[in-house]
Amino acid sequence: MEDNHTPHSPNESDNQKGSSRRDFLKNIGLAGVGVATGAAALYSGHIFEAKKEVSGDQKVLLTQDGKLVRVDSLEIKALDKDDEEIRETMCRGGLPGRRWVMVTDLSKCRNARKCINACQGAHQLRPEQYHMNTLQMQDTPGTAPYNMPKNCQHCDNPPCVAVCPVDATYKRPDGIVLIENDRCIGCRFCMAACPYSARIFNWIEPKDAALHQDQEYNAELNVPQKLGTVSKCLFSADRLREGKLPYCVEACPNGVYYFGDENEDAVTNGTTKETVRLSKLLRDNGGYQLMPELGTKPRVYYLPPKNRLFPFEEATDATPEKV
Amino acid sequence: MDDNKLTFDKITSDLTHHIRINKGFLIWMGFLTLSLLICLYAYSIQLKTGLGVAGIRDYITWGMYLANFVFFVAASLIGMLISAVLGLIGMKWLTPITRIAETIAVAFAAVAGLVIVSDMGRPERLAYVFIYGRPQSPILWDVTVITTYFVLSLLLLFLPMIADMAIIHRKVETLPSWLRPVYKVLSLNFTDQPAQNKIISRAIRILLILLIPAALSIHTVTSWLFAVTSRAGWDSTVFGPYFVSGAFVAGSAAVIIAMFFFRKNYKLQDYLTDMHFDKMGKVLATVSLVYLYFNINEFLVPGYKLKRADAIHLQELFAGKDALLFWAVQVGGLILPILFMLFRRFRKPLPILIISIAVLIAAWFKRYLIVIPTQEHPFLPIQHVPGNFIHYSPTLIETLISVAPFILVLIIITLISKFFPVIPLHETAQEKGIGHIKFD
Repeated sequence: MEDNHTPHSPNESDNQKGSSRRDFLKNIGLAGVGVATGAAALYSGHIFEAKKEVSGDQKVLLTQDGKLVRVDSLEIKALDKDDEEIRETMCRGGLPGRRWVMVTDLSKCRNARKCINACQGAHQLRPEQYHMNTLQMQDTPGTAPYNMPKNCQHCDNPPCVAVCPVDATYKRPDGIVLIENDRCIGCRFCMAACPYSARIFNWIEPKDAALHQDQEYNAELNVPQKLGTVSKCLFSADRLREGKLPYCVEACPNGVYYFGDENEDAVTNGTTKETVRLSKLLRDNGGYQLMPELGTKPRVYYLPPKNRLFPFEEATDATPEKV
Repeated sequence: MDDNKLTFDKITSDLTHHIRINKGFLIWMGFLTLSLLICLYAYSIQLKTGLGVAGIRDYITWGMYLANFVFFVAASLIGMLISAVLGLIGMKWLTPITRIAETIAVAFAAVAGLVIVSDMGRPERLAYVFIYGRPQSPILWDVTVITTYFVLSLLLLFLPMIADMAIIHRKVETLPSWLRPVYKVLSLNFTDQPAQNKIISRAIRILLILLIPAALSIHTVTSWLFAVTSRAGWDSTVFGPYFVSGAFVAGSAAVIIAMFFFRKNYKLQDYLTDMHFDKMGKVLATVSLVYLYFNINEFLVPGYKLKRADAIHLQELFAGKDALLFWAVQVGGLILPILFMLFRRFRKPLPILIISIAVLIAAWFKRYLIVIPTQEHPFLPIQHVPGNFIHYSPTLIETLISVAPFILVLIIITLISKFFPVIPLHETAQEKGIGHIKFD
């Protein structure tokens, strides 16, 4: 046993020595790296501090999610609005602090269809493609018929958004439901899910596609329209960003539309430009929503079609050609 | 021993003699390929010019493609009913039918995925479903469960085949030389050891159990594509079981049709006997009765209340523009077949084949009636649009694109049945008490 053991002893102690030497070197190395890192961190921190100028001029800003923050004026950097990523963030984020709402006064609609024309022009739509369509309604056989402009209801519980498999259609914090036609796969589940038939599809090459092919895509206007994707009313999100009223609201000659911000409790009539209290307008005129029993919580209110001074006519004028 | 060997050789030759490339096979495949090419040409037009080549428009936005998709998912469900439900109960007469059912399941499930792509406005963005997929959308659930079901079915088709392929590559002399190594690879060195058999039978058992929830899911989720909307005709709580029971009807009919043709073409009269047709006829009658029950629920309850939107929908189905098709499907594809199948003489191979063909055709039109009429009556009126937006009629290109998946299914079924025994060889031998295969 001892014979066997003895020859191994020197080797073992050698090993031990070797390993302790290695450990020592390792420790030195670690310490070195640690020191170097620390120094580098301190140095870069120093550089950063040195670079950082403070003007002392503090600005109070409203963030996208509605918080007030204080920021040094030198730290405020303007973002490039054309940058695609920022555009998309802005677009998906909506207009901060807003809750857009529309009120359609059915007692005033004379089916002038000016809203439809303005809308189709702005969104590069064909005559049979409606973001906004005026329907001739008769609720029950005994009740008087009326004209009803119908657009996307921008539901707060939107069935279309729920079913979209790719997040191409989404609900913005400011209440608008938008579509990103760069993302849409064209499954049309949203169209099947929408109880208001508000959505349309680009079955064929969109209107003047060749003309608009180089145009940069604007999700808030949804132009250029793309073949094989869904489109719908956007509450003219592009106009709202500029502080203007939607195309349809502005175009109406009969004072049908009010548009505004629920948070401000104020809506402006597109024809008279008169601004009124939303809650008062709805209360005084018996405002209601379309099919509230479906639980979709629309952001479009209707004022009932009372005191109509004009006869109802079957609208045969506006039937586009077969496509 | 000698007698034993004879019988085993006879079974082997009976069940594998069709595995050879003959003229009939080439002509049939040539015909299928040519037809498929014509349909693919139609699809290329759709790819180039958009979904507008089909008859679908803004209001009736889901047309024949969607009806086709539902039909394909439905037909694929039969694998679960035959193999899993009836198989796990221990019905021995099923043995020669299981592989036919699994083949149909695999073929229809594989093609169902392609059918839905034909309905996409932007098929090149298919990958977005995986990149940007939102789990809230039932489409994501459908993609998940159909893939799962397809993989399970494929495994369930393959595992019982391992032993068969070991037999084929050793025993079948007529095999084309280039095919032999393929069977060797696919047999995974199976030598009929008890340990091997144990692993396979345990794996099959697990698969059979997993197959039941997977199969129920695929068609339940497919029904939810409709039932999660608030539209009259789709807004139904019984849509899941209504679809599942309907799927069993379509699938059982498809299996009977396949049984008939395999029996005739591959001369399997000794294995697929009149008894099997009689039993499958009883299965079809039973699932049809269950389906009839759900149909009564689906139409009687809203029909009793006649809420406005439901009333318009039912009016169109019962007495309006869709009435002829509706009653043809309900009477010709459900009620009459049930009545006929009560009698033994209508469960003989030829009568049950004719009944099954009627049931299967009706099953397709039933999907059409589920998908399309509902969209013709949305809550708000359809106005100021061209006539073809109001009434849906499929176009020629759309029809050709809808035929393509059927051709693909036939190709898949033909290939599987041509190169593998239609009837499980090893299992049949074991059940006839022949037991162990002698491997060299």
